[in-house]
Amino acid sequence: MSRKISMKTAINEALDLEMRRDPTVILMGEDIVGGTGAPGEDDAWGGVLGVTKGLYAKHGNRLMDTPLSESAYIGAAIGAATCGLRPVAELMFMDFMGVCFDQIFNQAAKFRYMFGGKAETPVVIRGMVGAGFRAAAQHSQMLTPLFTHIPGLKVVCPSNAYDAKGLLIQSIRDNDPVIFCEHKNLYGHETEVPAESYAIPFGEANVLRDGGDVTIVSYGLTVHRAMDAAEALAKEKVEAEVIDLRTLSPIDWDTIVDSVERTGRLVVVDEAHPRCNLATDISAFVAQNAFGALKAGVQMVTPPHTPVPFSPSLEDLYIPGADAIAAAARRTLAGAPRSTIAA
Amino acid sequence: MTSLNERIKPIVMPKWGLSMSEGKVTGWLKQPGATVNLGDELLEVETDKITNVVEAGETGVLRRVLGEPGTIYPVKALIAVLAEPDVPDADIDAFVAGYAVPEADGGEDGAEAGPRYEFAETAAGTIRYARRGEGGPTVVLVHGFGGDLDNWLFTIDALAEGATVYALDLPGHGQSTKTPADPSLPGLSKAVLAFMDAVGVGAAHVVGHSMGGAVAMRTALDAPERVASLSLICSAGLGREINQGYIDGFINATARRDLKPVLETLFADAGLVSRQMIDDLLKYKRLDGVDGALRAIASSMFEGGAQTAILGGAVGAANVPTLVVWGEQDRVIPAAHATAPGSTARVEVIPNAGHMVQMEAAGRVNALLKDHIGRKG
Amino acid sequence: MSENPFPLGKADLLQAYRTMRTIREFEERLHIDFAKGDIPGFVHLYAGEEACATGIMMHLNDNDRIASTHRGHGHCIAKGVDVHGMMAEIYGRATGSCRGKGGSMHIADLSKGMMGANGILGAGAPLVCGAALAAKVRGDGGVGITFVGDGASNQGTFLESMNLAAVWNLPVIFVVENNGYAESTAMEWAVACDSYIDRATGFGLPGVTVDGTDFFAVYEAAGEIIRRAREGGGPALLECNMVRFYGHFEGDAQTYRAKGEVEALRANRDCIKLLAQRLVEAGTVTPAELEAIDRAVLALIEDAVRCAKAAPLPAAADLLADVYVAY
Repeated sequence: MSRKISMKTAINEALDLEMRRDPTVILMGEDIVGGTGAPGEDDAWGGVLGVTKGLYAKHGNRLMDTPLSESAYIGAAIGAATCGLRPVAELMFMDFMGVCFDQIFNQAAKFRYMFGGKAETPVVIRGMVGAGFRAAAQHSQMLTPLFTHIPGLKVVCPSNAYDAKGLLIQSIRDNDPVIFCEHKNLYGHETEVPAESYAIPFGEANVLRDGGDVTIVSYGLTVHRAMDAAEALAKEKVEAEVIDLRTLSPIDWDTIVDSVERTGRLVVVDEAHPRCNLATDISAFVAQNAFGALKAGVQMVTPPHTPVPFSPSLEDLYIPGADAIAAAARRTLAGAPRSTIAA
Repeated sequence: MTSLNERIKPIVMPKWGLSMSEGKVTGWLKQPGATVNLGDELLEVETDKITNVVEAGETGVLRRVLGEPGTIYPVKALIAVLAEPDVPDADIDAFVAGYAVPEADGGEDGAEAGPRYEFAETAAGTIRYARRGEGGPTVVLVHGFGGDLDNWLFTIDALAEGATVYALDLPGHGQSTKTPADPSLPGLSKAVLAFMDAVGVGAAHVVGHSMGGAVAMRTALDAPERVASLSLICSAGLGREINQGYIDGFINATARRDLKPVLETLFADAGLVSRQMIDDLLKYKRLDGVDGALRAIASSMFEGGAQTAILGGAVGAANVPTLVVWGEQDRVIPAAHATAPGSTARVEVIPNAGHMVQMEAAGRVNALLKDHIGRKG
Repeated sequence: MSENPFPLGKADLLQAYRTMRTIREFEERLHIDFAKGDIPGFVHLYAGEEACATGIMMHLNDNDRIASTHRGHGHCIAKGVDVHGMMAEIYGRATGSCRGKGGSMHIADLSKGMMGANGILGAGAPLVCGAALAAKVRGDGGVGITFVGDGASNQGTFLESMNLAAVWNLPVIFVVENNGYAESTAMEWAVACDSYIDRATGFGLPGVTVDGTDFFAVYEAAGEIIRRAREGGGPALLECNMVRFYGHFEGDAQTYRAKGEVEALRANRDCIKLLAQRLVEAGTVTPAELEAIDRAVLALIEDAVRCAKAAPLPAAADLLADVYVAY
């Protein structure tokens, strides 16, 4: 049975279904239950934005509130994962990764390799990413490139409720450490979602729209901006192919290259800061591996090289919008300069 | 409001199946001024699920072509006008100007009254189904391996014009229970009967496609009083041969690029396999339990590259009124199986169509079904 | 006539001696071979500290988990990790405990509950909290031991982990191996409080301080707090005051130590000599029995080095292997 639910509800469902199916799944994080030790209600919050609300009533002390100690409890989740549990630890805002990044990139990511294949670390670290909430610089970042950069981590960033549920279920079932990024501005976005469990494999991008004139690649919130841009371009008789990456590590290179080989034009939209982000990664890969197919230089649409501003007028300028994406597509069609290196 | 002019006949964007809300005109097969007869192919329409041809339901001269190729129109939008040559242009202009998309009975975006899909709790578990039409004979449509009730998207509304039509998702399929209690052929047949019990259908004309045809036959043999007639479309259960590579490919494909060539096997025109069709099937295959259900059903129905149940002779001997329809270019089950029930069955093999003949030659198949049901109902 | 006034039977006493001797000879051999240039990378030697690892690990089984430091060989050997595998790993061979992918600082054997030596100081503490959490969730009575030095005892990970373990009542033992030096920096200067017991109390857990060169002191104190943790009594801190004979890393000239300091320690505070003396004086074991163990251990180490030097290096394809379970 399929019905329309929000991404927030879809995430809650994924956690609930996996906890029911597998007794080794435990959840931990700050205020994921809420009210621990306090005189009022249990399950007072269910997460700062209510994503885990109701799970405590169903699963009791398999949900653990933590003290404000990311390096300790993210490390504990990782350690428990090497001992046969499947912890899902919440980093309330992915921006907080600074205080526990060692546990993630030096420990979890490297155990299997350093220990000669004799360790498995099936931990999921889930957290909020992205701007548009007026939450200012330290609560609004898209730090996906920092995680994607690290061998040994997998990085997931869904753009809708259907994908969020299937990818989170896959993340929990996966035997490697997964960083599961939830765009806070998409929590309310609704799509048709089956009530049953299902798992979407990693490394498979979704083509949301077929088109022969230009390829637009993105992930997370800016996928929707890209679709808006595609609609505007269609009125100008330009048909854009819109690709939603869904997972950044592993990434579906084949779908990107197939598309560029047909359209010859590529626009990559990335909400992460412009230096060394996914847009640069994808642009370079395509330039190296599909150069002959390109009819124009690759265009990247990203925020400027600044922290995320607070004031709404500024934050709205910061996030790549449909107009900027459409303009970038038009630049590829107007013959933006291509490298003078012969194919 | 313009006066009703029976000599001016609107051609509108059709509604195929239960979830279609709009379609794109991709090309006209008749030009303005051409004479159009009933059943002529008029234009091609592409939906997110499939591309198909719109056949004329009226006669007349094609006086106006309004649907532009490449443009999307909502269901029931006016896309052309037929009229006799003596109808003045001014009348046709007035008709076009005054044409309003008819109000829906009670749903948004042009939906019919009542829910698109319903769920029944049956002895075989939860079964999703759709019901269209009222009165007349009762028809039950049974899809094939890996399919669902949307396989009947070109059939259900056409048959519902003169019958009460049910289309169900078999256990393990669509949005029905994903853990079939009994994945064997008799088990699936019992599930169809359990569904009929749950929705209060005593006897029905059963139409089965592919594996659904074998299910229909099994039901007719096990509960003859419940089956008024059989219509078998590219049916399993009539001979040994089966394209095991298709079955294995369907089960084992986990990604879009693996599934695409498998699905192309189903059609004479491989171009009908759209991205949406592939993605919808992947979404279904990824549901927990589906892989297990498909493997269990397949290992019961097919062994070592051959079908396990051969029921044509028994059906012929049981004197069930039987229609057999096949696509000549069926690459999953050979059209030669069509004659298995013997000389009492009516057999039609349709050229330029493959295993999904009820989609590729919908008009012809619907006419055959209506005729068969009408004679026996 | 032999007597045994000790809290362990004779077989266990001999095993304790054997473990400590194995660690010592392993480290002494590495010291020599490293100086010859045979060994790639960094090694950090545990010589002088054997009583701590041995006294604690004798209370553990394979289900209990430990996380070690960069100075991990002693913990590995005391926890039962295979000596041949360890030597091969240090030599970067395909037959190493980690198939040559980790080296000295990352030796691990999860089947023995050894969660790895760690190049990041203090990183083991949260991991062991996780292991203890898993044991508690499963109700299997397992405990976790995390080792830090006096230097890493200042890391946020260590302090946060003490608080977390206390709040969640986890069966974790925090062991501070205080050898007086964090690399070249003295503990007296780097640690502001006077005693680690104060730190423990400040974080809500009990603390014990022992002379880490006294095998029995370590064994008894560790036994008490490990038993308490197993029975659900929660975490505790154990400070072992000990000495390291070698530098922070091999190649460290140790000019930050007083002249004659190390020689004096080897003469007066060698935990293996001290154990041997006590055992022989009590008449529980004979010098011959200990010498037999010495010879066997030397032979074991010699064989481990010979095998390591003869073992194949990892193949080129191993570079790409085991980043993920599946990608």
